[in-house]
Amino acid sequence: MSEINELFNKQLRIANIGLESFYKDLKAKEIDVIHVNWRPPAGGNKKMIKLLDKLKK
Amino acid sequence: MTKDRGGKMIKEKIRKANKEVIERIINGQPALVGIGKAKDTIPNMTAKTILHAGAPIEWDRMSGPLKGAIIGGLIYEGLASDEETATQLAISGEIHFEPCHHHNTVGPMAGVVTASMPVWIVENKSYRNYAYCTLNEGLGKVLRYGAYSKEVIDRLRWIETVLAPILKEALQKSGEIDLKSMTAQIIQMGDEGHNRNKAGTSLFIREIAPYVVLTSFTDVAKSEVLKFMHGNDHFFLNLSMPACKSIMDAVANTKYSTIVTTMARNGTDFGIKVAGTGDKWFVAPAEIIDGLFFSGYSAKDANPDIGDSVITETSGIGGFAMAAAPAIVQFIGGVPQDALNFTMEMYEITEAENNSYQIPSLNFRGTPTGIDIMKVVETTILPIINTGIAHKDAGVGQVGAGLVRPPMKCFEDALEEFVNILEIEGILNRKNNPKEETE
Repeated sequence: MSEINELFNKQLRIANIGLESFYKDLKAKEIDVIHVNWRPPAGGNKKMIKLLDKLKK
Repeated sequence: MTKDRGGKMIKEKIRKANKEVIERIINGQPALVGIGKAKDTIPNMTAKTILHAGAPIEWDRMSGPLKGAIIGGLIYEGLASDEETATQLAISGEIHFEPCHHHNTVGPMAGVVTASMPVWIVENKSYRNYAYCTLNEGLGKVLRYGAYSKEVIDRLRWIETVLAPILKEALQKSGEIDLKSMTAQIIQMGDEGHNRNKAGTSLFIREIAPYVVLTSFTDVAKSEVLKFMHGNDHFFLNLSMPACKSIMDAVANTKYSTIVTTMARNGTDFGIKVAGTGDKWFVAPAEIIDGLFFSGYSAKDANPDIGDSVITETSGIGGFAMAAAPAIVQFIGGVPQDALNFTMEMYEITEAENNSYQIPSLNFRGTPTGIDIMKVVETTILPIINTGIAHKDAGVGQVGAGLVRPPMKCFEDALEEFVNILEIEGILNRKNNPKEETE
């Protein structure tokens, strides 16, 4: 509990991965944040991931 | 052979094959060596063969601009007298429709090449293979956008009887022209070699003009030729394209390579070929282009993506070199930062950087070169293509320009076939067959 409070009392440095709306919400509140342009491999297409894995091992 | 051993083997085989492909792309040395008549120059060309852009397609599925260009081609050849007789001949089965790409040829937009048309002859001096392309007709009502009115046919005849003979003789006097070095220069002069060819056209005129004036033709004809080239900012496109084609043909059919060797559109389908999957096309419906339209036209007038000009992106220029051509955004939409962003994005899906083609705004970084289907599928980043927009109806012409990407299905199907070939060869086992998986 106290550790969490400590964290939020500090200057936060936030890197957002995933949904860009989280990044935009923080940005709208003028909080320093960067958005990492990350997507799941093959857009999460399991068939393609399996094909890629076969060629990468 | 264990799965693990097989896996390690294939990873290494792919690495070696892709390295070899990249070396051959970067070592390619395209040079303009002459002009010939299509029938006498292009391999397996006949009087009743019509070449077109993209993957194979039958008449019924062809788009308006491709049908229009074929109608115009048949009229130009004297095989038909008007639209009706040309259409009857086209559906009769008497005419052989074949992709330009099957004949070491490339054609912008509809890409129609008929027997009498003059073609540029480009030789890849490093590997002694040839590529061919017609001479650019200019903008407005032109055959490559599916127009076939009298002015279009008259211009084609002028190209055959005045422009080509003068340039052919000029080339004989000048000797071959190094297109590799010219491409390297245009990338540093604000062109990307696909949708912006102002610098390329200017450099070509600078090379050829001193020899045009020495030809045996009348001063009036020579002046017409120089004015025609000067008045057409895309004149160099039809040299850029066969230069790229000659480079990419030298890497076709490289076993175990995952590098894309061909991307092309026939106006209905987008098609790709991959070095390691032989001559097989992987096709999916072509997309509509996002761009700027000429006054009076809008997206509802647009034909889906069409043309072989995407051979430029395939070899690492065009949209991939857009950071070198920020002014292009005035033609296709967006802001100069977009041009930089597109090039930066293409480094994610390519195997190498071509240090012969250096981009000043990126500290002379080489253009992103060699599209890897594994990277495209894994990142879901699709190649960016800079292109013109044809009207969907035959006979109208160009209505705008913009950006487009290929369908992901082409790359997914190619990857599946690539793995399938390795499984058939026994290099990979079929355990955990992905075909059993659903998304």
